[in-house]
Amino acid sequence: MTTVAGALTTVKRRPLLLRRPTKTTGAFSWFTTIDHKKIGIMYCATAMLFFLVGGLEALLIRLQLAGPNGTVVTAAQYNELFTMHGTTMVFLVGMPMAVGIANYFVPIMIGARDVAFPRLNAFGFYVVVAGGIFLYSSWIPGINGVPNGGWFGYTPLTDTPLTAGFLPGRGPDFWTVGVVMLGIGSTTSAINFIVTILNLRAPGMTLMRMPVFVWMMLVVAFLTVFAMPIITVALIMVFFDRNYGSLFFQASAGADPLLYQHLFWLFGHPEVYILILPGMGIVSEILPVFSRKPLFGYSVVVFSGIAIGFLGWGVWAHHMFATGLGPVAISAFGVSTMLIAVPTGVKIFNWLSTVWRGAVRLTTAMLFALGFIAMFTIGGLSGVLHSVVPSDTQQTDTYFVVAHFHYVLFGGLLFGVFGGFYYWLPKVYGRMLDERVGKINFWTMLIGFNLTFFPMHFVGLYGMPRRTYRYDAGLGWDAWNLVETIGAFVIAVSTLIFLANIIVSIMLKRGAVAGDDPWDGRTLEWTTTSPPPDYNFADIPEIEGRDAHWHHKYTEDEEGRLMPLPSGGAAAAAEGDGHHDGIHMPSPSIYPLITGLGLLPLGYAAVYHSFAWLGVGVVVLLYGLYAWAIEPGTEPDESDHGGGAPARVPEPVH
Amino acid sequence: MATIEQTTEIGAPAHRGASPGHDPHATATGVPNTKLAMWIFLASDCLFFGAFIATYLLYRGRDKVGPGPKELFDIPFTSATSFILLMSSLTMVLALAAIQRGDERRLRIWLLATALLGATFIAGQVFEFTEFNHEGLNLNTNLFGSTFFILTGFHGAHVTAGIIWLMSLWGMASQGRLKQGDSEKVEIAGLYWHFVDVVWIVIFTVIYLVPQPAAPGGG
Repeated sequence: MTTVAGALTTVKRRPLLLRRPTKTTGAFSWFTTIDHKKIGIMYCATAMLFFLVGGLEALLIRLQLAGPNGTVVTAAQYNELFTMHGTTMVFLVGMPMAVGIANYFVPIMIGARDVAFPRLNAFGFYVVVAGGIFLYSSWIPGINGVPNGGWFGYTPLTDTPLTAGFLPGRGPDFWTVGVVMLGIGSTTSAINFIVTILNLRAPGMTLMRMPVFVWMMLVVAFLTVFAMPIITVALIMVFFDRNYGSLFFQASAGADPLLYQHLFWLFGHPEVYILILPGMGIVSEILPVFSRKPLFGYSVVVFSGIAIGFLGWGVWAHHMFATGLGPVAISAFGVSTMLIAVPTGVKIFNWLSTVWRGAVRLTTAMLFALGFIAMFTIGGLSGVLHSVVPSDTQQTDTYFVVAHFHYVLFGGLLFGVFGGFYYWLPKVYGRMLDERVGKINFWTMLIGFNLTFFPMHFVGLYGMPRRTYRYDAGLGWDAWNLVETIGAFVIAVSTLIFLANIIVSIMLKRGAVAGDDPWDGRTLEWTTTSPPPDYNFADIPEIEGRDAHWHHKYTEDEEGRLMPLPSGGAAAAAEGDGHHDGIHMPSPSIYPLITGLGLLPLGYAAVYHSFAWLGVGVVVLLYGLYAWAIEPGTEPDESDHGGGAPARVPEPVH
Repeated sequence: MATIEQTTEIGAPAHRGASPGHDPHATATGVPNTKLAMWIFLASDCLFFGAFIATYLLYRGRDKVGPGPKELFDIPFTSATSFILLMSSLTMVLALAAIQRGDERRLRIWLLATALLGATFIAGQVFEFTEFNHEGLNLNTNLFGSTFFILTGFHGAHVTAGIIWLMSLWGMASQGRLKQGDSEKVEIAGLYWHFVDVVWIVIFTVIYLVPQPAAPGGG
């Protein structure tokens, strides 16, 4: 307790607090870490776990549909599988995966030492974990509450009262409460990203010098912040309709069940861009590096990302063309849907122009990025078809739509994410992933993906409806469905190859040592060590232009040819030794974990109307919040060099 | 490119010290982190209330069974409690001014006054809810009941959270742990509090003051 006078008052009055964790290594430190890099790794690991779970659900679905009149699962189980598959892949895989990668790399790419609110960052992660545990706890025998109303949960299917509902059991209750919890987690992390990106940029890192991935995460964070409250409201109304007899979507009372669809898709369509824009950001980083060219039309790529973010709010009703909105509405939304294809197409041409005449290196990361462009273009084209209302009406609720959004989200986001893993994991762990295995990973993934999803275009156009648990023989769907199921297992094998690559190359340390800059990269993360130190940069870098690291290494001669600088990045390498003792990073904290998990009992309290759970939840939550508020962001360091003024760290308040 | 870089920069150019380890107030935009975060949260909350208000407006006048707003509302009473809530914004401003001057005694007084005015508003809301309930309006009575109780109820929950926050600040101030240098903590709470008040102005206008249309069913 011998600390500087200023801290004395806070130290003295903390009788109820747990001892402040100090360890930053070891297994337990993962529960108390507020290092953005470790939280990023935990996000990605959690998302990968749920990717396997959601993938298993998909495999069961495909097994059931492998042939006509499948008998693998019952109709009720099938409903649970596709609901949980969709909910998992959107909320527990797509969003946390992107947030995880961004958590790790956004602060480094803008030259910061951490995010603006390190503890809030950890809190957001634990809320996502709590939401995932909550949703999946519905599978515990006896609870009878696996969500089964689709990932969209349309009313009036989901909101009829509990006792007399179309969906007996607790399914929609677990779903509404779970998704609200996940929404809280993603909102806090989005606020954190916005503040971090706007406020913590290194000197000289103007907005238009930021890497495109950072830009896309900024747009995504704004979309998240504005989209999440809308679905929260919709889910609250469904929850009250089911549990407390309110009438928000009861047509018999004069209400309009269609209102739910409007609210859901007003969230849901921006959500689509929340999922795809990080993938676009990742490939915008990979393509220039492996083409040895700057991104073609940087500002156009940035502005079309922003344009997509804005236009994404004006297209939601194209999910509802079959509901009878009337000719004016469907015309308007058809036009706006065509319009949003323009900035998307602009980006595709920018990426192609980046690769064009570049010195292309076909690494695994590059292959995934190129695969992203091809697959996303197919998904984009089938998406534009949906702006043609008569065609959309024909395709609504058929497998054509399933094909479309898997091309966009799997062929788009996940190809980008896999590319990002091959590109960035050497930085995270200091070891290269095996390139030969990586290429097998890519080609099996590409083939499996197309085997699974391309035939869905055909069966969709032949009229096979979504979400039916079996179909009769002789409708012309049998062979295609078998091919799709085979494809799904090829994807599963490819995923296992990827995991094996991680286990062998990284966990068993068989991969080549990566070094600081294995790809001859362009952005700031390649200036620091692999893995980066806790504080990322010993000296905060000064930024003089886009692709900051590139210009440390190369210049151009009079004819525009690339010339390595004699120092060869020495400017960056020169930092790293010496005076980092004075850097105070925020201290670890247990309260984000306690506060985040406090939402779990509150969730059960809501579903079971239980005051006992409510009491537990409120006590845990309030204790976590108050202790969080009282403890300082950074413990005064007793071993600090006595003379120097203790470095102040932005104190996360919330 | 140069022109784009110039024109799209937000605020002051990014400068040194914009990361942990340096002065927390020297951010790239010049806006402190916590304040920026609160503004973004409030923007997000706008959509939360916006969706509920839109629902209320969509369902207005659709009920075929009463009781409806015309039978229930006591406009003078609600105007009085609304006035009390708006006055709490004034005391909130005074609290902030007090801590910025370093006047801790007045800070405590005005924080407590703000919380009490907020609590009075909540008491009025509880009274109103109870009255409506006695007169036969429940969540499941009609669409007015559903939309009214949920919208004003969630606003009341926001006010209650604000009261807890203010009382926590008051507790800190009473222990002498809220100094002049901590004025940002009061300012952030104030932003939230003013926002909740402004939302009430919208809700009060939309629900109580805008004339009710004649129900299509003739009810």
